[in-house]
Amino acid sequence: METIIKVQNITKSYKMGKTRLEVLRGIDLTIKKGEFVAVIGASGSGKSTLLHILGALDRPDGGSVHYQNQCLDCLRWGKLNHFRNKTVGFVFQFYHLLDELTVLENAMAPAMASVSAVGWLALKPKVRERAFGLLERFGLKDRLKHKPYELSGGERQRVAIARALMNEPPLLLADEPTGNLDSQTGYGILGAFKELNAEGQTIIMVTHDERIAAQAGRTIQLTDGKVKES
Amino acid sequence: MIKWLLAWRYFFKRPISILAVVAVALCVFIVLVVMTVMNGLLRDFKQKNHDYAGDCIIASDSLVGFGYYEDFMDILREQPYIEAVSPMAKGVGLIHLKQYKWDNGIEIHGIDPLLHSQVTNFANTLHYQKQTPGNAFSPQYAPQLDGCVTGIDVIPLGRRNSDGTYSFHDKPMQMELVISVFPLNMKGGLLRSLDLVSTKSFFYSDDSHSGLVRVDGAVAYIPLEQAQILCGMDSPIKRISSLHIKFTDGTSFSYSKVAKVKFLWDEFVVQNADKPGSELFANVRVQSWQENRRSIIAPMEKEQIMMTMLFLMLGVITVFIVFVVLYMTISHKSKDIGILKSMGAPMSSILGIFLLFAIFIALIGSLIGSVSGWIFLYKVNDLEDWLYAHHGWQLWDRTVYAIGDIPNQVEPEVLAIIVGSAVFACMIGALIPGLQAARKKPVQSLQVNQL
Repeated sequence: METIIKVQNITKSYKMGKTRLEVLRGIDLTIKKGEFVAVIGASGSGKSTLLHILGALDRPDGGSVHYQNQCLDCLRWGKLNHFRNKTVGFVFQFYHLLDELTVLENAMAPAMASVSAVGWLALKPKVRERAFGLLERFGLKDRLKHKPYELSGGERQRVAIARALMNEPPLLLADEPTGNLDSQTGYGILGAFKELNAEGQTIIMVTHDERIAAQAGRTIQLTDGKVKES
Repeated sequence: MIKWLLAWRYFFKRPISILAVVAVALCVFIVLVVMTVMNGLLRDFKQKNHDYAGDCIIASDSLVGFGYYEDFMDILREQPYIEAVSPMAKGVGLIHLKQYKWDNGIEIHGIDPLLHSQVTNFANTLHYQKQTPGNAFSPQYAPQLDGCVTGIDVIPLGRRNSDGTYSFHDKPMQMELVISVFPLNMKGGLLRSLDLVSTKSFFYSDDSHSGLVRVDGAVAYIPLEQAQILCGMDSPIKRISSLHIKFTDGTSFSYSKVAKVKFLWDEFVVQNADKPGSELFANVRVQSWQENRRSIIAPMEKEQIMMTMLFLMLGVITVFIVFVVLYMTISHKSKDIGILKSMGAPMSSILGIFLLFAIFIALIGSLIGSVSGWIFLYKVNDLEDWLYAHHGWQLWDRTVYAIGDIPNQVEPEVLAIIVGSAVFACMIGALIPGLQAARKKPVQSLQVNQL
């Protein structure tokens, strides 16, 4: 299988007052296209930091991250924005929906983020159709005009997934996507991920719950900032 | 596209934006009202000065005046760009009103009323002889007598009403005014050693209301020849104090025409350099009406500049209010910035959201401020009349200030400058918090919400 993302010896540390906290201490990782990978570890083990680096939301202190054959560290801000917009879809634990926008507008947001107002006029029908399709797929077709605060936790997370998939990104990154949901709703979300993975979607999911991680095709354990695969 | 949508939604969903709109609206309202009134007063004041002086003035700094003016008037009349020329003899003296045993200092203006009306707005300042300015110095009650026109506030007859208007009789009252002047010889000394003062009786024939306090309260117009005799300007060379010129295209004259007149004058001075009394030409200046009236207009212009400076400070306050509103909005919307960055929104889009937000505040605030300012100005004179009728209060006491209605004509260019400044001020206020938001690291922004 083709390698979609390759991480070599990445390190990351944060300054906490006078001390420096080393979160990642030389991570090597390869993710193949179509894989469903769960990253598991204790709280503070660097799972989210790793995910942010994979999604170009953060930069490592050392080492390199390659998406296919493209070095992410070498990209300038403009190219990184393009990478985040077209290549990666994020699903966060706290959904992170935009409160001022409706469900439909939230789903369309990634498409809107990359076009001008003039370009949007031409693109809108196609984007709208795709957003409708995704929201319908996740059982939200009756909630299109609702605001995020009018939805349940599970519904919000499904809107977040629809939004993440809007631009058909090759890579879906999920940071504790079930962490804020009850177990039944959480499994529902997980079911959606498995379905997407079955269709060929590459997914990297961070979780601290081993039962959730067990649903993934591969599990990576992060301990003391280092990888331990199982 | 998302910046437009989010800026619009932030604007409508955040109550704090209403505060910013109100601040901008108040600023625009105040600036529009004050600038309109100040500009109107200044414009009116300049126009009155222009009406009083004509387009171009050739004037002597000295009370002695200058001679050979008739020769130069002939030269001027040949010029196609000159419509009319009027000579004026000026002097200072005393006025004595026999009936009331009242005396006061006065400025004598000797003019040909018909010529002067062709050059200046003199005819329109008259009350009784507006249509026949040639008869301005013929008292209606006794046309054979020597008449004089006094500035409307020269004689304190208590005709000025509290609303700024004047009461007039159907015909001018018969009043004998004795005017005394110190006549000067060509060297500037007193003309006669024994009989120091020239005195002559005139009969009040009309009022002149120019709207300029320093003219209406201090000037008496008499026939040119009489003024020349009184001021000692009749011999050995006939002299005047100034020549007032009107250019052919009226008010829209250009400085080049003044320069042409100056050139003609310089030539005339050279040609007449050998004549007796030519040394008086050294005191003569050729000026546009603005230059001639500069000492009168400049203080008011300075006052307007001071007001503009004060309102610039008001603009700084607007910038600060918008800055605070934007800063608060951004601190509340830190999570949104992180979300947008995780979706690949560029820095320009993030900055664009907050700049557009500020522009919406500026435009809506300006619209409200402009409309309410316009309505206020439209009704300001009615409002003042009502306040005066019911509470006896006037913004400008018309017994003191020589103004009629409060100027309320909104100038489109002034409005455009105010609205443009409001938009600019709001954008400046939004720039720093907007840039801070745009430069935030996505992870930083997202974690704020998780803590």
